[in-house]
Amino acid sequence: MKDKLFKLLLFVASASVLLLTAGIIYALIGGASQAFGEYGFWGFITNSEWDPRSATEEYGALSFIVGTLFTAFFALLICLLFSLPVALFNGEYFKGTKISSFVGSIVGLLAGIPSIVYGLWGFYMLRPLTIELGINAQGFGIFTASIVLAIMIIPYASSLSSEFLSMVPNNLKEGAYSLGATRIEVIQHISLPVAGSGIVASYILALGRALGETMAVTMLIGNTNNIPKGLADTGNTMASIIANQFGESDGIKLSSLIAIGLLLFIITAIINLIAKLIVKHMSRA
Amino acid sequence: MKRILLFSFIVLVLGSCGKKNFSPNGNIVISGAGATFPYPFYNIVFRNYMKQNQATTVNYGAIGSGGGIRSLRDRSVDFGASDAFLSEKELKSMEAEVIHIATCMGGVVMAYKLSNVDSLRLNGDLIADIFMGKILRWNDARIAQENPNVNLPDLEITPVYRSDGSGTTFNFSEYLCSVNDDWNRDMGKGKALKWSAGIAAKGNPGVAGIVQQTEGAIGYIGSEYALTLKLPTAKLRNKAGNYVAATLETISSAANIDLPDDMRITLTNSADPNAYPISVLTWILVYKDQQYGNRTKKDAYDLVDLLSYMLTPEGQRVAAQINFAPLSTQALMKTKKLISEIHYGGKVLFPAKLDEVSLTTDSLTIN
Repeated sequence: MKDKLFKLLLFVASASVLLLTAGIIYALIGGASQAFGEYGFWGFITNSEWDPRSATEEYGALSFIVGTLFTAFFALLICLLFSLPVALFNGEYFKGTKISSFVGSIVGLLAGIPSIVYGLWGFYMLRPLTIELGINAQGFGIFTASIVLAIMIIPYASSLSSEFLSMVPNNLKEGAYSLGATRIEVIQHISLPVAGSGIVASYILALGRALGETMAVTMLIGNTNNIPKGLADTGNTMASIIANQFGESDGIKLSSLIAIGLLLFIITAIINLIAKLIVKHMSRA
Repeated sequence: MKRILLFSFIVLVLGSCGKKNFSPNGNIVISGAGATFPYPFYNIVFRNYMKQNQATTVNYGAIGSGGGIRSLRDRSVDFGASDAFLSEKELKSMEAEVIHIATCMGGVVMAYKLSNVDSLRLNGDLIADIFMGKILRWNDARIAQENPNVNLPDLEITPVYRSDGSGTTFNFSEYLCSVNDDWNRDMGKGKALKWSAGIAAKGNPGVAGIVQQTEGAIGYIGSEYALTLKLPTAKLRNKAGNYVAATLETISSAANIDLPDDMRITLTNSADPNAYPISVLTWILVYKDQQYGNRTKKDAYDLVDLLSYMLTPEGQRVAAQINFAPLSTQALMKTKKLISEIHYGGKVLFPAKLDEVSLTTDSLTIN
């Protein structure tokens, strides 16, 4: 009897989460249908115009899709430079020591800082640095936003990858050492390949976080509705255009914003799917 | 058990219906909705009114001008509030004749950050070209021509605009449309525009924050916000050719001109010699004939009493204290007449307070 009840409870809980997801997708598609109906799906995502003036009203998502992918992937690149060494430090060189748990918890602290605080820090500390470096005159743009994003996602990437690295079986590594391999060679040929799928998954998770981040990016990217041409350029992301313009919008504009929300959902889903495929492929190899 | 719960739920739902104009004391409730711009003023002036009239509760929802007009149209509120007057088409779409009661004024100021520049003069053409990306540096010959005694730096100009839809953007662009043909053709006016230069931030605080932190930045900000923050702002050349700083006096002066009887007028680029050129009125909208629905004459009288109170020196002083510009004498007199014309099925409603609406507001402005 108890067992049956527990089973039912599990079933209901899982089903309601599924229903909730389906409901969100349904609401997004419903809200976005006006925009997709007006401009067409491909027309909407390949148009870089964002003109809210009533006489020439026209909306397209391309600028924001490019801005989102640009900042997220650049952030991932910077993040890689810091989080992989941290992961190796914690999961390989100083595995299980006090210093590794200290470094690990400090990096973990970064994950607990609210994004608005990152935004403020970027606004007051990083932006003057960007101006000092001569990247652009006002310090706003893809570069500044990506750096802050990179710092935000470092803990996600590093803590998971160091977990996976520390899970590499010791007998494999010891075997390699006994054959005369150096530490670098062990990392290169044993640790990284064995932990590879897990490390990739942790970076995908970090990328997902970077794609959807709103507040810190809005404060630093410049919020200009154009396709960014380089790191020094200002731009806008999908999450930040929604946050900025949702308040006063209605009609086709509101529908376009919801459509952008749906696209962000789709992009995140595609990236998760790719991650799954990579993990599957690598664990088979 | 289940049945008892369901039953009590139904009782609760039924119990909460059917009480229109519910208030803690069961007394008169005046409800309004609309513009967000005058909300700080309305908030305080309504609170003061409620202190003096314990039997009355005034509710105001700052849901945006469009929402205020819609709410008045379907008569879910006693008054609407809007930063833009109703067009002829909108007036015709209302249930009955609607009148515009001006309550206070505001402006849009040009805030800038240039460390060694204490005073800056601009005109509409310069602002338009800066925000269209046609003037790129502070030491441009055209800016220098307006500022002969100012040492302008060789620095890139960073225009800052609103990333969200805003009445401030509407007023700013409306002014530039009226003074600059290129702006009128390429940019137009609206709550949100398609910009070609500069960077954007959300809300007055967002724009002010970037301007304060960025050397060489210039942004447009609501006067009520900028004056409270005491940001450095540019003097603008008005229609009469004078360079005018944005203060409560100069904003009020924009309404020191011949105003139409219905008070539906755009005051940007006013002809008054002391006027600040980007000044605007904000209105409360009510039905001229208050006998509709199940309104009593008392409801109508209280509404008119409240409107009168806002125009008395006491009410207008509240506006000035929080950096909303009081109405000019001209505007007060026209508005007083409009309030006196509000009636209840032909019966006159003339609260004693309306007589207190004084002829001059000179003593009101405080900074």
